[in-house]
Amino acid sequence: MKVFHYPQKDINTDLLFPGKYTYTCSTGPEIKEHLLEDLDPSFAGAVQAGDIIIAGENFGCGSSREHPSLGLKHIGLKAVIASSFARIFYRSAINQGLLLIQSSEAVKHYTEGDDVTVDPAAGEVRIGDRVFNFPSLPDEMLEILRDGGLLNHIKKQFARGDGA
Amino acid sequence: MGDTFAIKILSRAAGKKVREGEIVFVEPDYILTHDNSSAIVGKFESTVPGGRVRYPERIAIVLDHVIPAASSKHAAGHRKVREFVREQGIANFYDIGTGVCHQVMPEVGLVQPGSIVVGSDSHTCTYGAFNCFATGIDRTEAAGIWITGRTWFKVPRTINIELTGSFSAGVSAKDLILTIIGDVGAGGANYMAVEFNGPAVGGLRICDRMTIANMGIEMGAKIAAFPANIVTSKYFEALDVPITDAIWSDFDAEYARTLEYDLENIVPVIACPHQVDNVVPVEEMAGMKIDQIFLGTCTNGRVEDLKAAADILRGEKIHSSTRMLVAPASRIEYLKAMKMGIVQDLVTAGAVILPPGCGPCLGAHQGALAPGEKCLSTANRNFKGRMGEKEAEIYLSSPETAAVSALTGTIRDPREVLK
Repeated sequence: MKVFHYPQKDINTDLLFPGKYTYTCSTGPEIKEHLLEDLDPSFAGAVQAGDIIIAGENFGCGSSREHPSLGLKHIGLKAVIASSFARIFYRSAINQGLLLIQSSEAVKHYTEGDDVTVDPAAGEVRIGDRVFNFPSLPDEMLEILRDGGLLNHIKKQFARGDGA
Repeated sequence: MGDTFAIKILSRAAGKKVREGEIVFVEPDYILTHDNSSAIVGKFESTVPGGRVRYPERIAIVLDHVIPAASSKHAAGHRKVREFVREQGIANFYDIGTGVCHQVMPEVGLVQPGSIVVGSDSHTCTYGAFNCFATGIDRTEAAGIWITGRTWFKVPRTINIELTGSFSAGVSAKDLILTIIGDVGAGGANYMAVEFNGPAVGGLRICDRMTIANMGIEMGAKIAAFPANIVTSKYFEALDVPITDAIWSDFDAEYARTLEYDLENIVPVIACPHQVDNVVPVEEMAGMKIDQIFLGTCTNGRVEDLKAAADILRGEKIHSSTRMLVAPASRIEYLKAMKMGIVQDLVTAGAVILPPGCGPCLGAHQGALAPGEKCLSTANRNFKGRMGEKEAEIYLSSPETAAVSALTGTIRDPREVLK
């Protein structure tokens, strides 16, 4: 498990996925190639399932494009831990089934090389030898996340016969 | 204490009194999507193969982002959207050349005071200018709403912005909203609603309100809204759309924060690379050489914006050291500008007119920048790489500042000319 550490604030959607590709790339594999291209060109080649991103304030600000959340979910990123998130990105992550953890204390505590583990069920992030708790999502959102994203959630609702 | 606009409009939609922080499920009045509809169609079809959209009359699709198609891949996307709207009986479809979605939606009467609108575009907040609760969502959620007709909102807290006074010569709505974003910060209104109140609101034109509401997202806001008043009524009267559902905050609403701005004190400002909240007075940047000037977008592509530029450029020449691109926000605005002689003035001065659409704003086609070049743009974002080249710099300004700067190819304070 690797940690990608981007401590600066306001990492926007263009840095996470350049706008010039938004209408020609829409699947996970297409998106992966350009993920974080203008922020960290080495990211796409280095990231693996189970890795974690640690970032500063207002992560994901800007566009409503879902390529960042979809792409990060596609590669199997374990979680993004940030001091705060922009709202469309936050919402989009729930829609994709990507775990976001808001904890400025955890972000502040992290130093390069620290071991990071996440236990979503317990609402805990362990950084080095310290444990930070993060609040659970409201039930409605948790259900979407557990179902693996909004469209899987809708499929399950339809299968149960309680869809719209 | 009374309630905010957000509490009142979401309470009405939810059919019960809601409180801040609560999650509510609502059926939006309209769901806007644009070129990204082709990807949304794919998600829709893989989730409910052979299915029908829940409310075809609530779906609006505008092709505006990469128009005309820049490649066969873009063209295939457009074709997929045209086929889908035919199959599903979606009447509110606006093909290339109609304009930028956020200009088209009000023009065709699809946003009305008191309505709830979502769009797979972050600048959907523009419709707050018309007293809408309007906000951006991602493509996946748009597909979900096509299927189910509903979505959820967390009832936001509200920042109140009180406006007094009137603008000085050479200063306009763009300078006000950039100043506010500079103060609040790029994430300062995250998860929150923004309301504009105060005696100056009545004097703001629809175009001013759209410029201001459009940029609410640049401080993280969920919505940025204005009350409906006589200016709003006149706009909808002209469209023959009755206003029946306007709604606004109580006079004693409880706000998370109140900020006050006297328009008299606003000066021309510029957002410098690479964040929209990196705002400085134009005079501090005066003299900096600019390679390209871009006038247009959902922020500043209306006829009033083109006229502000034409009034400065009429009879003059754009300096040979720079180039100027102009994209009218819609066909209707383009026609108005033609009728008023504005297009003639701009072209005579040396401007290049682009089709009504998003143009170079998102960096996917048209008007790309070379590495190291600087662009002065009336758009809403200056993120690194936004216009397609990460080694280029984007500066955001009002149409007045953009036009005055075109005369010398360097950044200039419009108050030098407009007194």
